[in-house]
Amino acid sequence: MFHRDAGALKTSYGEEQAIFPVALDRWAVVALMAVGALVVPFVAGPYWLGSILLPCLILSLAAIGLNILTGYAGQLSLGSGAFMAVGAYAAVNLVIRLPWLPFPVSFVLAGMVAGAVGLAFGLLSLRIRGFYVAVATLAAQFFIEWICTHIPWLVLNTPSGVVSTPTLFLFGFGFSSVPSRYLVAFVTVVALAFVAKNLIRSSAGRALMAVRDHETAAELTGVDTTRAKLTAFAVSGFYCGVAGALWAFLYLGNVEIEAFSLHRSFQILFMVIIGGLGSILGSFLGAAFIVLLPVAIANAATLFGEALKPDVLANLELMIFGALIVAFLIIEPSGLARLAVKAKDRLRRWPLPY
Amino acid sequence: MGDFSFFIEVVVGGLLSGVMYTLVALGFVLIFKASGVFNFAQGAMVLFAALTFVGFLEFGLPMWAAFLLALAAMLALAVAIERTVLRPLVGQDHMILFMATIGLSIFLEGFAQLIWGTKVRGLDLGISDEPIEIGGILISQFDLSAAAMAAVLVAVLSAFFSYTKVGRALRAVADDTQAAQVAGVPLGFIWAVVWGAAGFIALVAGLVWGARLGVQFALTLVALKALPVMILGGFNSIAGAIVAGLVIGVSEKLAEIYLGPFVGGGIENWFPYALAIAVLLIRPAGLFGAARIARV
Repeated sequence: MFHRDAGALKTSYGEEQAIFPVALDRWAVVALMAVGALVVPFVAGPYWLGSILLPCLILSLAAIGLNILTGYAGQLSLGSGAFMAVGAYAAVNLVIRLPWLPFPVSFVLAGMVAGAVGLAFGLLSLRIRGFYVAVATLAAQFFIEWICTHIPWLVLNTPSGVVSTPTLFLFGFGFSSVPSRYLVAFVTVVALAFVAKNLIRSSAGRALMAVRDHETAAELTGVDTTRAKLTAFAVSGFYCGVAGALWAFLYLGNVEIEAFSLHRSFQILFMVIIGGLGSILGSFLGAAFIVLLPVAIANAATLFGEALKPDVLANLELMIFGALIVAFLIIEPSGLARLAVKAKDRLRRWPLPY
Repeated sequence: MGDFSFFIEVVVGGLLSGVMYTLVALGFVLIFKASGVFNFAQGAMVLFAALTFVGFLEFGLPMWAAFLLALAAMLALAVAIERTVLRPLVGQDHMILFMATIGLSIFLEGFAQLIWGTKVRGLDLGISDEPIEIGGILISQFDLSAAAMAAVLVAVLSAFFSYTKVGRALRAVADDTQAAQVAGVPLGFIWAVVWGAAGFIALVAGLVWGARLGVQFALTLVALKALPVMILGGFNSIAGAIVAGLVIGVSEKLAEIYLGPFVGGGIENWFPYALAIAVLLIRPAGLFGAARIARV
């Protein structure tokens, strides 16, 4: 009743091909973006804005990147953290060494560097398949970590290996306050999410899905699988790279390899799986879930007060987190995005049961 | 002592440390072979087994009793995993099962440390680490014992798979799950057996690695050492895991000593991976892995 696609008569090809063909969806997205851009930064406190929403947004972007590679093209990657690192290190070098470049240009260039690195490791996927690719991306993770800690030039010869990021300036305005940093992340993530949504609706995106569903069949029907796989690795690298640059400049305030360890790669993989493989919406839902879950567990733990020692609590957190992941996979292997689709279905036929 | 005998010493040292990698890789291969699951939790199982063993030792139990109790704990864990994680996920995509084992490994890391605490414990197996001299080459006695243990383990496992009814059923499941089920092989039981065997391997690996590194959280990281061994040898080949373990052990040591100084050291994290991938580019299913034929 509420979410009807019947009666939405289309009179042009443009309407037929719209991202959100149903008016309700369209208005919901516009409203969400308006609230996110115009209301949230002025209403939310610095804790929510800077410590919850900002990391949520940036990690969503990385999750979209991994989703393009794993969810759409079917190439399991355990190296997203490393590609974020490439983006972050490239961005800090560009911003500090070439200060006359506007920072959006630097970030796009940094993303392209990460995309090129992704492409290089993607070349391996042309020869090997399945879990072997996953282990190859693991190699990327360790190799890039090693490069970043062993070449002093990359950290601008800082002895500690940790580079503080300068404040970003655009047209003389410095993005140092929490709301302004949030807005930079918001605009970037929304823009790139739309690009991703459009990419996967195009023939290039359908080629990715064909490779995922059956590589041999795709090749036989004329899909250029080499090109599709390399596209996936490059685009995924770009998204992760931009996310890494945002993470370093807007969230951490410094560039260090610890922030982009294997742990980060797994965290992003969890976001993609929990959110839903092959879904842009799922990337956002998954990121929100993974960022909020430890906060929720920690808050729940304060109810017990002093009864829990910190080391016990840390281990309980691990247990609950692990158990929830398994439970979630058992209950809904298709992820949170699937729940959203189910909810839409319910809205469409409400109040009728079928 | 000349350059050549130093070289031999490095090679022998590498072979022996390769055996330690093989120990961990065997656990992965066993589960992948029998159920197609890439069990990321193997590293956490190593930690869990070693902590349990040391925990029982601290109660004042003799070593054999602690070993048996830890083994019993690993078997119970295997049954529990089969019931709670694998059974509800039968027939799901491999990626989902892989993710479930990552969740499982996080759970186990928390669980093991919740029960036994987080402090680093030493583990003395009563084997001296004094190097002995054989034909002018110094060899660590401990590494030699570890290699012997691994050899016994592999022999026991191969005998189990070749000569017992359960072992044959297990190979049937590995070969063709559906056909095995049709022939009346109880899948759940077989999976529990496989995970139990992987738990047994984890216990042995945990003892050897625990004695070397101390029983601590870092034990979970030995899983990352075993991955290049697996891809080099092929995911479904026990012989491959053994050969690849030795190859990786030797080449890692050689690279560390002869290549490391030129690039600033610390290459042991990624060198085995680079080597394994270089081989994969020539043989995409690993040295001993079964090549898959794609059908439409």
